[in-house]
Amino acid sequence: MTTEGNGTQGAEVKDRTPEDRTPERDAPLVELRGAGKSYGNIRALHGVDLKVFPSQVTCVLGDNGAGKSTLIKIISGLHQHTEGEFLVDGTPVRFSTPREALDKGIATVYQDLAVVPLMPVWRNFFLGSEMTKGPWPLRRLDIQRMKKTADEELRNMGIVLDDLEQPIGTLSGGQRQCVAIARAVYFGARVLILDEPTAALGVKQSGVVLKYIAAARDRGLGVIFITHNPHHAYMVGDHFSVLRLGTMELNASRDEVSLEELTNHMAGGTELAALKHELSQVRGVDVEELPEADALTAPVASSEGKS
Amino acid sequence: MSMTRQAEPAVTTPPAPGPGKETDGRTARRPLALRLLARPEVGVFLGAVAVLVFFLVTAPAVRDGSSMANILYQSSTIGIMALPVALLMIGGEFDLSAGVAVITSALTASMVSYQLTMNVWVGVIVALVVSLGVGLFNGWMLVKTGLPSFLVTLGTFLILQGVNLAVTKLVTGNVATDDISDMDGFDQAKALFASSFEVGGVNVKITVIWWLVFAALATWVLLRTRYGNWIFAVGGNKDSARAVGVPVTFTKISLFMLVGFGAWFVGMHQLFSFNTVQSGEGVGQELIYIAAAVIGGCLLTGGAGSAIGPVFGAFMFGMVQQGIVYAGWNPDWFKAFLGVMLLGAVLINQWVQRTATRR
Repeated sequence: MTTEGNGTQGAEVKDRTPEDRTPERDAPLVELRGAGKSYGNIRALHGVDLKVFPSQVTCVLGDNGAGKSTLIKIISGLHQHTEGEFLVDGTPVRFSTPREALDKGIATVYQDLAVVPLMPVWRNFFLGSEMTKGPWPLRRLDIQRMKKTADEELRNMGIVLDDLEQPIGTLSGGQRQCVAIARAVYFGARVLILDEPTAALGVKQSGVVLKYIAAARDRGLGVIFITHNPHHAYMVGDHFSVLRLGTMELNASRDEVSLEELTNHMAGGTELAALKHELSQVRGVDVEELPEADALTAPVASSEGKS
Repeated sequence: MSMTRQAEPAVTTPPAPGPGKETDGRTARRPLALRLLARPEVGVFLGAVAVLVFFLVTAPAVRDGSSMANILYQSSTIGIMALPVALLMIGGEFDLSAGVAVITSALTASMVSYQLTMNVWVGVIVALVVSLGVGLFNGWMLVKTGLPSFLVTLGTFLILQGVNLAVTKLVTGNVATDDISDMDGFDQAKALFASSFEVGGVNVKITVIWWLVFAALATWVLLRTRYGNWIFAVGGNKDSARAVGVPVTFTKISLFMLVGFGAWFVGMHQLFSFNTVQSGEGVGQELIYIAAAVIGGCLLTGGAGSAIGPVFGAFMFGMVQQGIVYAGWNPDWFKAFLGVMLLGAVLINQWVQRTATRR
């Protein structure tokens, strides 16, 4: 299940061309059309278009407060959109609980609330979808099967644990993310939403998580990868959406945008470029590396959403 | 077997260098004795044994079989309520109205059957509905308002306390209900809730049996069913549980209703063993139940605990309560003794766990 012996993730991605996946392109698993969300008089998200295809990693980038969390909360069923359309398999939907999203095959791995720390690893793995045996009044957990399955699935993901009884809170951050990803993959997720899975991780652990993102994609899942690290995004991403202040700033596929452009967009590059002249007047600010405003030629998201 | 409560989820564990083969074999197996001591129910078991030995030595009367049966009876009336209170606590909430809810249930059954001159079973069923309704109200308020359970159930506690007194006075003109022992169905109900039987010449109350049956059932549910898994999950991390599809609202409300069921059962026991109910009773009992659950190793903040621990917790309470009497001491010391025991048990438990889970 994992891609063994595949060098680095970056190299692996570069071998694949967008043409390999063209047949799947016409059927997005999840689609947002001009979707938005207001909390009272605060407009957290507005006019967002997003398509998620199978076997593709769609990266959603943005700074703090850009609306990334609101976006995934809509898709994962924690919140409901207040404008626009949200389609799963071409059918408009409106989830009222995460359970409904899960039933549609949309699984979310949260940055911080993926697991219950005091519960053993195997109970966490199956939480909410426990295996049972026996008729109703005596229906009980099939503990042996759950432990065995959890162990197998984790080993497939390259995580070897001595003791599945240990509370998951004793695992490292990267291991917990991987357990959560393995869980989502096992439960037949078609769309995997990862909320900043690499944010709190070290370099090596981030690499491990990125490897599993690639593994999930190669298994045919549509992955939504939320991050504020353009380098991580560019290693595995096929499509990039940059959010800024609740609207789409960039919506481009991999062949339309370079890492440098992505980084600039991500870092508020358009604003910085506009400020370049002013910044150059200030002593101690190095503007040499800043791009010119006209250097940012990547296709910008349709501005109809902006008002 | 499963739920081991480690001291703290050690987030301080050195980060893994990756999910490589290095992970294998890094966790050394701790000795069996230490692993056992790390379990809260083992700690409270040792505590209960210590209290038992203490009274066996200091109060010779305790060594008698009938005294033991009496102690077990005392423990069972606390223990039957301590079980659902413990499950609720594992689920991350607590219920301050549990003590007066017992009296509310008994009053309801008594007054409904006496005033309407009906078979006592009608009263018993109405009382069950009322008790489950109180639990439903508590749970529903908690889920809908998002207020802490302390506030919600403090409100219910005060409401029930007032209603118990006021309605009883209004209906019977007295602070106690009328004797229902000559009514239809009383003997049947008494057989179920308040009878006793002989074991080797010792008179054992049926509540002891119910207590142990409920404890076994609760343990099975907690460790072997999906619902049990959900209880740990909603207490451990409500948001994670909801995000992975656990019905948090259902679990929380049903746990409160389970406390309602316990209150109904104990209320029926009181009614059918004393024939009348004093409307002002029950205040303060809720803290005894909570204390028994905490002594039994349930984490006050939720997410960890067992159903067996509170059994020993309740036994310690019953033991002390009766032991003081058998030892011929002034029973006024009971509460002071309990307080010391509670603090002692919690501290010893914490110390034992720290020692046993140290890496």
